[in-house]
Amino acid sequence: MVEKGTYRVKSGLAEMLKGGVIMDVTTADQAIIAERAGAVAVMSLERVPADIRAQGGVARMADPGRIKEILAAVSIPVMAKARIGHFVEAQVLEALEVDYIDESEVLTPADPQHHIDKWTFAVPFVCGARNLGEACRRIAEGAAMIRTKGEPGTGNVVEAVRHMRLMNKQIRLVLSAPPGELMSMAKEMGAPYQVLLAIREKGRLPVVNFAAGGIATPSDAAMMMQLGCDGIFVGSGVFKSGDPEKRARAIVEATTHYKEPGIVASVSEGLGEAMVGISIDEIPPHEMMQVR
Amino acid sequence: MRIGVLAVQGAVREHLNILSQLGIDGRRVKKAEQLSGLSGLILPGGESTAISLLSRGCVLAKVGELASKGFPIFGTCAGMILLANEIEGQEDAYVRAIDIAVARNASGRQVDSFETMLCVKGVADDFPAVFIRAPYITRVGNGVTVLAKHEGAAVMARQGNVLVASFHPELTRDMRIHRYFVEMAREHEKKEAIL
Repeated sequence: MVEKGTYRVKSGLAEMLKGGVIMDVTTADQAIIAERAGAVAVMSLERVPADIRAQGGVARMADPGRIKEILAAVSIPVMAKARIGHFVEAQVLEALEVDYIDESEVLTPADPQHHIDKWTFAVPFVCGARNLGEACRRIAEGAAMIRTKGEPGTGNVVEAVRHMRLMNKQIRLVLSAPPGELMSMAKEMGAPYQVLLAIREKGRLPVVNFAAGGIATPSDAAMMMQLGCDGIFVGSGVFKSGDPEKRARAIVEATTHYKEPGIVASVSEGLGEAMVGISIDEIPPHEMMQVR
Repeated sequence: MRIGVLAVQGAVREHLNILSQLGIDGRRVKKAEQLSGLSGLILPGGESTAISLLSRGCVLAKVGELASKGFPIFGTCAGMILLANEIEGQEDAYVRAIDIAVARNASGRQVDSFETMLCVKGVADDFPAVFIRAPYITRVGNGVTVLAKHEGAAVMARQGNVLVASFHPELTRDMRIHRYFVEMAREHEKKEAIL
């Protein structure tokens, strides 16, 4: 008997990506650059977050034709973004046979209240989270991989750091709490009780947790790794920089050798212009993507 | 006994967990010099293109050298691709430690990833196997024994000191394949001691 789309198969693919970098790409050419630089997967989307931020308008799933070109161009896994709650975009992406769906706050949400019921899909999902409660709710909805939200398209790592530190702190609390206090902890965090039990059984989040949202330099990537994430998503950081090929490779190297400042230093040399960053204080509250 | 796990990228933690449950001292290997003092090496699942690009300090070259001297090596999924002599649709291969050809992503894209029970020769007739965008073995040379097949395709094989599998025993709680590899490492240690 052969069983497809099991949770072990879904979370298993994310386990295989650990220690790697997943890069946002909008075209097949960019996907090839990412693969050659050592990316473990690419994320297909219509526009990178920095452009969505600059241009405004409704951001949606990418053109299926574009996604097909990307699927044909590389042998590494291809992920693609769907709008929060847009279960038909997700169905379309599943029909295209993308390898992972990112139900992403980078795109304009399609449902003001509900996320996609991810258990009904054979393709796995990754979702963003700012804290443990959010991560646990997404896992309970069927997400097989989590990433911090950070603040996408800013080239500013501060929010990714905030979210990673908070999540780690809350995991430590869950692991050290006496069993009798777990239920009220679940209530306070807005975290399903069963997922907290799974955290205690595993001693960590039951799925892989990557860092995302504002990572623009090799040092940013290495810092997130030292803070304990399992891998890195780079959105606008690569293809909005002066020399995407070189920067992509450097971020990959820094992620692998994150404990070796000598290597991070040498790959950081002469990378050209980093993407122009945005200070979080300059973003009007209604333009913050992480609150979606 | 010390067994290394190539720790460039991928499912490193899972292999180390199983090794520790078997009472083996598992070590992360990122650099060539960390290969000394080991009784065996596991190349884990991950993305083979990324792992090969990132294997700095010629770890993979050193692995090839050790393999040719009888050092026990076990590759799962991407690890199998790294060890194969031939990769379909690609001109060069990586370590070339086992005389097989492999096809990348032969089980299809992620929606076709699956679990099944496998009969593994000399190990178990009910091994829970997890296949994730798995490569299959498409040709085996002389001296290579196929240990498991799925729907006619070879998915596990051994040639002397080199063991490869398309699937991920490290994602299950079943330790029988790891135990089999540890036994290979023990045999090799004994041989070395006599020589």
